[in-house]
Amino acid sequence: MKDLVEIRWHGRGGQGAKTASLLLADAVFNTGKFVQAFPEYGPERMGAPITAYDRIGSERSTVHSNIYEPDFVAVVDPSLLEAVDCTAGLKEEGAIVINSPKDPEELRPLLKGYKGRVYTIDADKISKEELGKVFPNTPMLGAIVHVTKVIDEDDFIKDMQGSFAHKFASKPQVIEGNMKALKRSMEEVRG
Amino acid sequence: MSQLAKDMTPDVTWEEITPGCDIYEGGTSEATCTGEWRTMKPVIDWDKCKQCLLCAPVCPDMSIPVKDGKREDFDYFFCKGCGICANACPFGAITMVNNKD
Amino acid sequence: MGIRERLSGNEAIAYAMKQINPDVMGAFPITPSTEIPQYFSTYVDNGEVDTEFIAVESEHSAMSTCIGAEAAGVRAISATSSCGLCYMTEMLYVAASDRLPITLAVSLRALSGPININNDHSDAMAEKDAGWIMLFAETNQEAYDNYLQAMRIGEAVSLPTMVCQDGFITSHAIENIELVETETVKKFVGEYKPEHGLLHPDERMAVGAYATPVYYMECKRQQSQAMIDALDVIKKVGAEFGEVTGRTYGLIEKYKMDDAELAIVMIAGSSAGTAKEAINRLREQGKKVGLVKIRAYRPFPGKEIGEALKNVKAVAVMDKSDSFNAHCGPVFADVTSSLYQQRILDPIAISVIYGLGGRDVRVESIEHVFAELEKIAATGDPGETYRYLDVRE
Repeated sequence: MKDLVEIRWHGRGGQGAKTASLLLADAVFNTGKFVQAFPEYGPERMGAPITAYDRIGSERSTVHSNIYEPDFVAVVDPSLLEAVDCTAGLKEEGAIVINSPKDPEELRPLLKGYKGRVYTIDADKISKEELGKVFPNTPMLGAIVHVTKVIDEDDFIKDMQGSFAHKFASKPQVIEGNMKALKRSMEEVRG
Repeated sequence: MSQLAKDMTPDVTWEEITPGCDIYEGGTSEATCTGEWRTMKPVIDWDKCKQCLLCAPVCPDMSIPVKDGKREDFDYFFCKGCGICANACPFGAITMVNNKD
Repeated sequence: MGIRERLSGNEAIAYAMKQINPDVMGAFPITPSTEIPQYFSTYVDNGEVDTEFIAVESEHSAMSTCIGAEAAGVRAISATSSCGLCYMTEMLYVAASDRLPITLAVSLRALSGPININNDHSDAMAEKDAGWIMLFAETNQEAYDNYLQAMRIGEAVSLPTMVCQDGFITSHAIENIELVETETVKKFVGEYKPEHGLLHPDERMAVGAYATPVYYMECKRQQSQAMIDALDVIKKVGAEFGEVTGRTYGLIEKYKMDDAELAIVMIAGSSAGTAKEAINRLREQGKKVGLVKIRAYRPFPGKEIGEALKNVKAVAVMDKSDSFNAHCGPVFADVTSSLYQQRILDPIAISVIYGLGGRDVRVESIEHVFAELEKIAATGDPGETYRYLDVRE
């Protein structure tokens, strides 16, 4: 499949990397594409490194293995850069998006010689300012959409408005914060 | 296909036997002569019996019929000869004897 | 027509249950099938189904609940995995021999030990002789479709049916799926009106009889016939499902087998899809390779498999579990015995144990198997016939 895009998420249990991968799949599904979103299950506890995946394309992919040569990698917790080989198999023409206040080039030395594009987004800060708490997955989602272009940004915003309205039906006050976090993250990605 | 307990004879074929050996009628134990299983049998001495009725409720096979407040003789069609009644009788009115006697 | 959705395999099963609206669910949680009763209990709580949801204290009790309910004359369901399925074993045999068409969703998971929550087929394979019809799924779509067909199949032959999918890989992965409209589902599945039932007002009956040696074997021979009869029923129901949805199902699926010289046989699971991609790549290189995917493992479609394999030079029968018999995996034993029975003796066969306890199966893994088969076909020498795939040496 020519337009197959494979994304790998690195996070820690409880940070919402799996949720982010699912939300991305939902939004892309709504544009008519075929999606796979699946986590790799390891120790099920808070703080343990977890990996989640998105496979996106215009046809159904029959492959059900993990993703070893991703087009894009999203790192929800920058401490994982030292704990996990986040760029393993990452395509040079692809990109890595890291949750960090630092400049992309400051982090490149940690990336084991990766030569492709490096982006950073201060997802913790955006989350704290817009949601009052550290939920880095929402800004990370915005950043990954901006970098991967797997979905048109306007379509994505519209879609997320709908899914947040559904998800947070019982606490509508957080919808606006989440939407702001998404929009800001798309603008504030550095790379 | 056989539907009733009486049809489930040792001649029933695999095509005729009911699925799961289900029996499509109730109270089929009434037709089963459990008295055939008996090796010892209880015999009552009516001279000693005070009609206290302690024996009837302990019989596991309801083989001591009670009518108008009085027990009658054993129902040997169902009595398996377990001897619980003989044990329960405070007056020694029930004796277990060889089934052939 | 169908409804375009994206659901995980567990969600898809729970949704199928909701559409069918069965009468009783006996439920006890175990990873990775827990989500099924969890989602379904929400439907119960919201009043979207009329199902009597009975939370019990063990899988043994969950199956006992189903047996009681189904014997009463209503539709009963449950869901489980791994050790939970094993804990049901005693009652699985009772359900089958009492000829109660219960439907059990299984999200397949390895058995301990070492303790492991991930996917393989050792739980299902432990129950392959319990007398249940066993359908397997490659995708969430197939899991859903199999579930919609299960009651039609089981009720036609009075046997219980397991609807199996790979734990996590399928059960927890969100993928596109085409759902069937609920109206259509209800019409297809139909109402359950068993001839006999403990709660039928005008009937008295006894279930679960004691069978002395005079009767036991006749009873088993009849049970065996029901499984033989299920072969045709599965095909008929699969064809009818195709007329309604456009997705036709048989006992097996052949992928690029027409001119295949090298073949893989495996039970339908997530790796069958990965194998298809490997086959596509190898076909581009001009290699004549194919896949036989077993959808119905019980009853075992020996004839269809024999027909599919009669012209191949070498075949790898892949088992996602091991029989620990110093010989081969369970599917290999079934496949090769049916080849022998049909005097199809030309294909050289090897048993390949793969994907245990969640060991990821890659396109490259399958390519490796075909490379081995190519060598075997070229030399005529099978070498070791009992192999482990992707194990560190």
